[in-house]
Amino acid sequence: MSRAGYTSLALGALLGLRARKLRTALSGLGIAIGIAAAVAVLGISASSRANLLAQLGAEGNLVTVTGGQTFDGSPAALPLTAEPMIARIPPVESVTAIGYVPGATVLRTAAIPAIDSGGISVYAAQPGLLGTLGAGNEQGVAAGTFLNAATARYPAVVLGAVAAQTLGIEQVGPATQVYLDGRYFAVIGILRPVPLVPALDEAALVGFPAADALLGLGGHPTQIYLRAAPDQVQAVVSVLPFTANPAQPEGVQVSLPSSILAARAAARTAYAGLFLGLGAVAVLVGGVGIANIMVISVLERRAEIGLRRALGATRRRVGLQFLTESVLLSALGGTAGVLAGAAATAGYAVASGQPVVVPAVSVAVGLGIALGTGALAGVYPAARAARLAPAEALRAT
Amino acid sequence: MTAILELDGVFKAYPGVPPVTALAAVDLKIHWAERTVVLGPSGSGKTTLLHVAGTLERPSQGRVRLGGQDVSGLSDAELSAVRGRRLGFVFQHFHLLDHLDAVQNVALGLVYTGTPARDRRAAAIEALDRVGLHHRLGHRPAQLSGGERQRVAIARAVAGHPGVVLADEPTGNLDSAAGQQIIDLLAGLAGDGTAIVVITHDPAVAAAMDRRVVMQDGRIISDDGPVSS
Repeated sequence: MSRAGYTSLALGALLGLRARKLRTALSGLGIAIGIAAAVAVLGISASSRANLLAQLGAEGNLVTVTGGQTFDGSPAALPLTAEPMIARIPPVESVTAIGYVPGATVLRTAAIPAIDSGGISVYAAQPGLLGTLGAGNEQGVAAGTFLNAATARYPAVVLGAVAAQTLGIEQVGPATQVYLDGRYFAVIGILRPVPLVPALDEAALVGFPAADALLGLGGHPTQIYLRAAPDQVQAVVSVLPFTANPAQPEGVQVSLPSSILAARAAARTAYAGLFLGLGAVAVLVGGVGIANIMVISVLERRAEIGLRRALGATRRRVGLQFLTESVLLSALGGTAGVLAGAAATAGYAVASGQPVVVPAVSVAVGLGIALGTGALAGVYPAARAARLAPAEALRAT
Repeated sequence: MTAILELDGVFKAYPGVPPVTALAAVDLKIHWAERTVVLGPSGSGKTTLLHVAGTLERPSQGRVRLGGQDVSGLSDAELSAVRGRRLGFVFQHFHLLDHLDAVQNVALGLVYTGTPARDRRAAAIEALDRVGLHHRLGHRPAQLSGGERQRVAIARAVAGHPGVVLADEPTGNLDSAAGQQIIDLLAGLAGDGTAIVVITHDPAVAAAMDRRVVMQDGRIISDDGPVSS
């Protein structure tokens, strides 16, 4: 058939579908729902992954070093030399330490009994903490400021997101204070959630000098966070225990929070599989619906088939006409589905503050599946239409 | 005088117990510009004759020639091409497509002959003009009267300038005034050489044709024979 022949075939199919708008819309709906589900699931998981990668700094090169646990389960201290020694490992790009202050409680005022501490832990932190964790001092803080070299020396505290909520502090003003281990500390900032180190969300952070002077920490860190050159992460991990605590390297625990998050994200995609399965069922049911409607269409349009044969249409051409209608019907459903799925992805991503990512592959595969389904669904009705004897078909009125 | 359509010893039987013989030894020659009416009671084989002559059904025995070409050995594609080029059909129930306007319905008759879209449209407008519907080009069948619909169908049949127009009860669904217009139109087609074969029960149609063929039980029982003109 010539190119003009195919064009008129497609146009004819389009006119045929337009003549039965409601039926076209209803029978394309199944495919649309299935493809929309698939595109939305893939889009939402891609958006979440993009968000996660943004959090991980794309490379996943954050390493955590802890001194293990003491007998009562609280974090064990690392030597004072741990952080400066780790900073000297060449592939280490940045390093920061926090120190757990045992037994310290944080209360809204001195009038509250110490037992109602709300589970808030007190840590000493360095001004570079947020920089190493990837957020930066500006983006990582929801209100106020983070510790700096000056405030680290004074009774000033930065609250984690959950800790601030627990204490009922939403704003940071000159007079905002908390009662921390027997004295008032000025609240100078509130952190945004830190997905890489969720423990910080429930923490109150003070400077190391203040912790040493006022809380008796002694300068010992309990956790060290570092970023290594992405291709050298494993090499750095292998030397970390000896570097952090040469005397007791076996007590040092090294972990990659990035891989924990990645595993959590992978667990979340298990649901994606379920939704993709549901989408596949919807597409299958949609395909059966299209096949059904096309069989009915062939029966209803027997006179038209007879007429077209009388006008010189070959069997093949009549079959192709019905096949084209089926494919077009399914393609329209698929296109609507892709648009709906992309809209759902955008809505979800915007609502949850993630970047909008609609993978081109999911769009292409979605449309491909729609076309394939339409073609499969159309084969039998098309064959029936083609087989219809013209004289027989014309007797139907 | 040359024949455009020839049936030569045509039998047509439908399977069954006992088999139904719809046509038995039919010989018929239709010449260019000839106006023939086929008469006969219901079940006499008129419609089967039209279908076999129009290559919509293959005869069980015998030969059908169109423009001198034996069509019995042709493939579906070749037969369809012959049908599209040499034959025009007019039906009792018009068989117009509801979702197409008059021009599109007429142009449909040329889609399968490979005519380019622009030429199809021009030919369709010309054919509609010929049947007096130049003011109804963009109307859909639902917006047309019965007589107008049949005129669109006639325009569709003649748009490709076929050798023979085969009409099955073309006035069967029309009142007498509309029917008369259709009769005049069909009778006028022979003016440019097109042969007309009409099956009908309508005496007014029969009166307007030149040659009468009467059928009974699948046989031709009387035939005026070719009209010399």
